[in-house]
Amino acid sequence: MTAAARARSSYEGVAVACPVTVPYRRYSTHGAHWWIGRAMDLLVERSGIAKEQIDGLTVSSFSLVPDTAVGVTQHLGLSPRWLDHIPTGGASGVMALRRAARAVQAGDADVVACIAADANHVESFRQMLGGFSHFARDASYPYGSGGPNSIFAFITAAYMRTYGAERADFGRICVAQRANALKNANALFKVPLSIEQYLDARPIADPIHLFDCVMPCAGGEAFLVMRQERAKDLGLPHALVRGAIERHNAYADDPVLLRGGWRVDRDDLYSQAGVAPDAIDFVQTYDDYPVVVMLQFEDLGFCEKGEGPAFVRARTLTHDGDFPNNTSGGQLSAGQAGCAGGFLGLTEAIRQLTDDADVAKRAVADSMLGLVSGFGMVTYDRCLCTGAVILARASS
Amino acid sequence: MTMPLMKPRRKNPVLRTRQMNLPPFARGRTALGMTAAAAEGRFALQVCQRCKAVQYPPRDACHVCLSPELKWTPQQGAGELLSETVLHHSNDPFYRERLPWRLGLVRLDVGPSVIVHLHGDVPSPPPFAADQAKRRPAVRLHVGARLDRAGAAVLIGFPEKESEHMADDKMLREMTSDPKFRKILVSDGKTEVGQAIVTALVKAGAEIVWVGHAEPWKKLPGFDDITKLAQVTLVPLDLTNGRSVAELAGEIGGKVDIVINNAEVHRAYGIAARRGTDVARAEMDINYFGLLRLAQEIGPALKARSADGATHAAAWVNLLSIYALSNYPPHGTFSASKAAAHSLAQCLRAEMRPAGIRVINVFPGPIDDEWNQNLPPPKVAPAALASAIVKALTQGIEDVYPGDVAQEWVERWRENPKVLERELAAGG
Repeated sequence: MTAAARARSSYEGVAVACPVTVPYRRYSTHGAHWWIGRAMDLLVERSGIAKEQIDGLTVSSFSLVPDTAVGVTQHLGLSPRWLDHIPTGGASGVMALRRAARAVQAGDADVVACIAADANHVESFRQMLGGFSHFARDASYPYGSGGPNSIFAFITAAYMRTYGAERADFGRICVAQRANALKNANALFKVPLSIEQYLDARPIADPIHLFDCVMPCAGGEAFLVMRQERAKDLGLPHALVRGAIERHNAYADDPVLLRGGWRVDRDDLYSQAGVAPDAIDFVQTYDDYPVVVMLQFEDLGFCEKGEGPAFVRARTLTHDGDFPNNTSGGQLSAGQAGCAGGFLGLTEAIRQLTDDADVAKRAVADSMLGLVSGFGMVTYDRCLCTGAVILARASS
Repeated sequence: MTMPLMKPRRKNPVLRTRQMNLPPFARGRTALGMTAAAAEGRFALQVCQRCKAVQYPPRDACHVCLSPELKWTPQQGAGELLSETVLHHSNDPFYRERLPWRLGLVRLDVGPSVIVHLHGDVPSPPPFAADQAKRRPAVRLHVGARLDRAGAAVLIGFPEKESEHMADDKMLREMTSDPKFRKILVSDGKTEVGQAIVTALVKAGAEIVWVGHAEPWKKLPGFDDITKLAQVTLVPLDLTNGRSVAELAGEIGGKVDIVINNAEVHRAYGIAARRGTDVARAEMDINYFGLLRLAQEIGPALKARSADGATHAAAWVNLLSIYALSNYPPHGTFSASKAAAHSLAQCLRAEMRPAGIRVINVFPGPIDDEWNQNLPPPKVAPAALASAIVKALTQGIEDVYPGDVAQEWVERWRENPKVLERELAAGG
């Protein structure tokens, strides 16, 4: 970073609206285009904006290959003047929002549809693991083919040995998210999870056990990005972007991932928003594994490095607790619909900040500010992409 | 400590023989550099020729200075165990059948963090201790490369100190073709080399060694000695005779775990020193067609048993010659027959790979036997050749160049095969 680097310009005036979810299914015979089509249809229906007036599009999907976003335009009969393809998994939501925000600020697009959706056939997950990246093909998949389970087992074990975390600490995160999920009709998991059940679950890759893992599924998540005046004109409930950061391949020399790229940019995030971490009313963290949630609590400044275990013991993480986290149930309890897992926190945060009827049962009372973070792409031994955004309730 | 492998119980003939599923073998072209080194028993990583940074996973540009000049360079492999896991679940059929499976994350002293298959003798990393002073020291280990059952290189975390039975580690046995408790065919027991191989295999723990002999009336020195060994069974085998090969395959084909094809005919001279093609034909008949006959008859049986218990069928060894790489004119027709055999052995390797059977090609320099009587030393002693073969089996090596001459020639051949050709034409 040189002194000459300019500070980020503000995201002022950018609104996010119209969160939609294409209901998840554990397995589906539909392909990615079907799920993306459903998401676009819902965006048009809920926003009242004609398909022709949506002039910007981002698409995030793994199962779309060999197509990219451009193939989607012809498939759905769209003619956007601004287009981006962002298949970065858990970071795709924050990345799509940032790009779309700049496009509407610059006038390159008026209304941008940000869509993430993935198919899930019976064979999809296994096929995706082996072909996920060149590094995975050459240097991780041949070792037991456990996919991200083995990588996050290394990370979780190293974190436990370094900072003294215990399995029950991770269990608190998972159990609270399940409680939230029971108030989300779209969550795949419908029964409560106790800490005993969490601890007694069968091992997958020590110290990762069954309830540390997400359930891969098919589904879609999407939202619209536009200027605030446009949202007001349309009468759309919306939230405002107060700050956003992104970083890739941070701390590449760390031998094992125990801190994420959020740390590099978090001061900028909070200074854009003009707030400190304690002003945040809820967080939607990326939760492919609970250790990653703990890393985000630390690296986004809610507690110091290594204090994650004490933090989760001291706080209540349910939507009605003193530190609401993943109020939808997160991927751990709602399901991981591929790239849509990277959008789940954003659609949930928009709903919370616009008092959407969908979240009535799991609302965070009087919430004004929410933080959504993303984490994506285990190409070899760690996740490479980190991002975060602070959203604010729009004054009515 | 690894517990010694016990002799497996007799197979239950009612149960279906388990079929082979290979571990994932897809690798990028660049990554195959690691496989090429591991095939010869070396652990190599790319080293940047501009800034000396060591790279892993394999790359096409240096991650520090962006130089494209990355050279595969042998590594010591010393490092520290950062983390470990035991898989209880895998989406891959090969691993699913072999769970639980231990993996490690290792920080190499030269820089990169690498994922490894972790040997059972490597201790776990020290647990958390609130008092840093009471914390156990980090676990040191060394990393090596091996070919897995699919023939692709993988990294293995070995304990710092060797232990007596460490070769019996369940994971390591999947990467090697250890003769221990295995049933082995040696195609020719009449030669000094054949006898040395038989002796070495028995010493390495082979359960049965079937020893082929083509001409039972010929009494040759040393043959009685190996015949007396309890593990040895003589079997008639004439590689020039298709029926003889087929009969033996019918008898032992369903049992043999390792084939060592050491039968060869070796005569001196090239083209002009001798009239006619009889000698060259005899060389081809054993050295090339003999391999073809044996592979056609016994190969399928070997492939069918490659996942058959702890002592599954594992390997096929070809005794070739360093002359297979470039013709040595004073032994010109022999060189040609070995070049043909080498080419066929590459085909055999490709056909055996889907079954997980390792094909080991041995390229000795001149052997210290009667057919190389007129060549000056250094020559490879039969016992040294035999121990190189056993080492290849126990360490999972695929290409072996025993002896100083072979080592030097292969180096010269790699540097510039055309220069080597000219040098050999000029006498060596």
